[in-house]
Amino acid sequence: MSILVDENTRLLVQGMGREGRFHAEQAVDYGTRYVGGVNPGRGGGAALGRPLFNTVAGAVADTGADTSIIFVPAPFAADAICEAIDAGIGLVVCITDGIPVLDMVTVRRYMAGKDATLIGPNCPGVISPGKAKVGIMPGHIHQPGRVGVISRSGTLTYEAVAQLTARGIGQSTCVGIGGDPIGGLNFVQCLSLFEADADTDVIVLIGEIGGSAEEEAAAYIAEHVSRPVVGFIAGQSAPTGRRMGHAGAIIDGARGTAASKIAAMEENGLTVVRSPAGIGAAVADVLDGNT
Amino acid sequence: MKIHEHQAKTILREHGVPVPAGSSAASAAQARQAAETLGGERWVVKAQIHAGGRGKGGGIRRAASLAEVEQYAGQLLGSRLVTPQTGPQGQEVRQVLVEEGCDIAQELYCSLFIDRAAGQPALMLSPAGGMDIETVAADHPEKIFRTHVDVLLGLADFQVRGLVANLPVNAAVQRALAPLLQQLYGVFRAKDCSLLEVNPLILTPDDRPVVLDAKMQFDDNALFRHADVAALRDPAEEDPLEVEAAAYDLTYIKLSGNVGCIVNGAGLAMATMDVIKLGGGSPANFLDVGGAANADRVENAFRILMADPHVRAVLINVFGGILRCDVFAEGVLHAVSKVAVEVPVIVRIAGTNAEEGRRLFAESGLNFLVADDMADAAAKVSQVIHSPLPSPSLKGRGFMAQDEA
Repeated sequence: MSILVDENTRLLVQGMGREGRFHAEQAVDYGTRYVGGVNPGRGGGAALGRPLFNTVAGAVADTGADTSIIFVPAPFAADAICEAIDAGIGLVVCITDGIPVLDMVTVRRYMAGKDATLIGPNCPGVISPGKAKVGIMPGHIHQPGRVGVISRSGTLTYEAVAQLTARGIGQSTCVGIGGDPIGGLNFVQCLSLFEADADTDVIVLIGEIGGSAEEEAAAYIAEHVSRPVVGFIAGQSAPTGRRMGHAGAIIDGARGTAASKIAAMEENGLTVVRSPAGIGAAVADVLDGNT
Repeated sequence: MKIHEHQAKTILREHGVPVPAGSSAASAAQARQAAETLGGERWVVKAQIHAGGRGKGGGIRRAASLAEVEQYAGQLLGSRLVTPQTGPQGQEVRQVLVEEGCDIAQELYCSLFIDRAAGQPALMLSPAGGMDIETVAADHPEKIFRTHVDVLLGLADFQVRGLVANLPVNAAVQRALAPLLQQLYGVFRAKDCSLLEVNPLILTPDDRPVVLDAKMQFDDNALFRHADVAALRDPAEEDPLEVEAAAYDLTYIKLSGNVGCIVNGAGLAMATMDVIKLGGGSPANFLDVGGAANADRVENAFRILMADPHVRAVLINVFGGILRCDVFAEGVLHAVSKVAVEVPVIVRIAGTNAEEGRRLFAESGLNFLVADDMADAAAKVSQVIHSPLPSPSLKGRGFMAQDEA
């Protein structure tokens, strides 16, 4: 098993521009079942051997798509997310970076009570190694296995995954939830999915400074997660009051510091790695029962 | 993005929010003229810098004559104002705001911001105005009242009625405050603010609420739809290297250390800073060249790092995903052929075509210190920084001769 995406995923690509097309091709090469694309105004054409549609509703009716990946530019991305949800897409993965915060607040409000999951925005997406790749991560660094990975970052997630694969440790699913302050799926929701997955034995949680999602995740783990969790927090050396690239990565007063997050993780029984170079080794130790 | 108080007040005034009459001035003579135009007998001269805590730093002066306005403006302009938020070096005052003096019966606090955990805007109100709100929150949490705003509904009448009912003010003031709070939310929403803070929000002796100080910050991601706001940016308040980096599409934040870093991706960039620190070094910057990390961006990144005189070594840490490491290596070699790099450069690349990339660095004829992984990179950085002997810089005379040959 795995979470969110697998061999049955029927993927739609919203925003079939240069980037969308490139990553759709990579996803197809990886073995993901890609069923079509959406580009308003270009419906009736084709991309990568599958039909292009003007609307998501039209695409869903024709292809039975259940998952969508969004490459639509930031000014229009929130609308694209809402369109996907309105059309009944169950899993929406938004790669787009730079969406205004208030747009995402509106999307979240629109989603309330609807049966849909949003991953991102500003995220690398989701991959269940060997089954489906719905994101922009390099497929070849992954390996099928039993470690679940959750992260707010892109390349740092690849770094962690590569450390695992280098040690022969495979992954069940890797989820990049994105670096924005307001997004869809959060750590807690993602942890509950992994907890319910019979094929995930260990979870790696990669957080970063800003907000309080890591503290909430740590408290949730203590109560509800039976799997061992290895945690890392990026930004231990970051100054306060500065936004470290990700819109969400800002230490605001005493809140959101790496120290507070690490303390919360340790208090709640996580194995915390201080150096980003040590994530793979820490998971290996947990799997060997050394901790 | 931050703006000055006088700019924030202009925006609020345009939206019908009551603010004191006033105008900005860049010289003592202009300040005097502004006060004369305002008329009256009392004025306030306020230093315009982006940092807060100006009152504590002596940046807000009350003047009882035009001569005093001129004198205070002359003292503030050109001086470096040190406040609890500027750091010891202070911030140069280039403009002052000259305002009419107001009679204050009571000081309140009000702010609007995005509550991440709730995923909604929040309105915070307190009778403890004119004070540091973090202190109030810590010592007197019972004096802080808040409500969340449903963006589809807006800030509803019943919400503001309920909120202002908590304040120790009479019914007439409550009736006057409610629409003011809704106007403030209207500005927050219309302009894509990330913060709109009014401290203090005063009540005059005749029960009129007035916005006496205003701090506005904007969502950088939304500036594309607010050209008027984007035009208010004051580069003089920002680090010149950061301004230059932004022009090159690089996310760069200057820090106080001596190890420069060039990384792709924000999370990995933070982790790289961490690994430098764990190795006993100190990062000179945060720099995300983005997923693409093409030759132009790397060249500009080197140019910015080399402009920082504290940089004694550079660590390049790139994880090639979609980006191929060999292509990236060629970009780096091209970049360093155009920028004078006279410090040691440690390179760590991983991911797609990493072997090929490492070979290109090794065969470049330059003194790249190629690291195997992040741990090794950290060790090499530490070695370079702590070694009593001079470490080989990227280029020496030999390189130039080779290059010309």
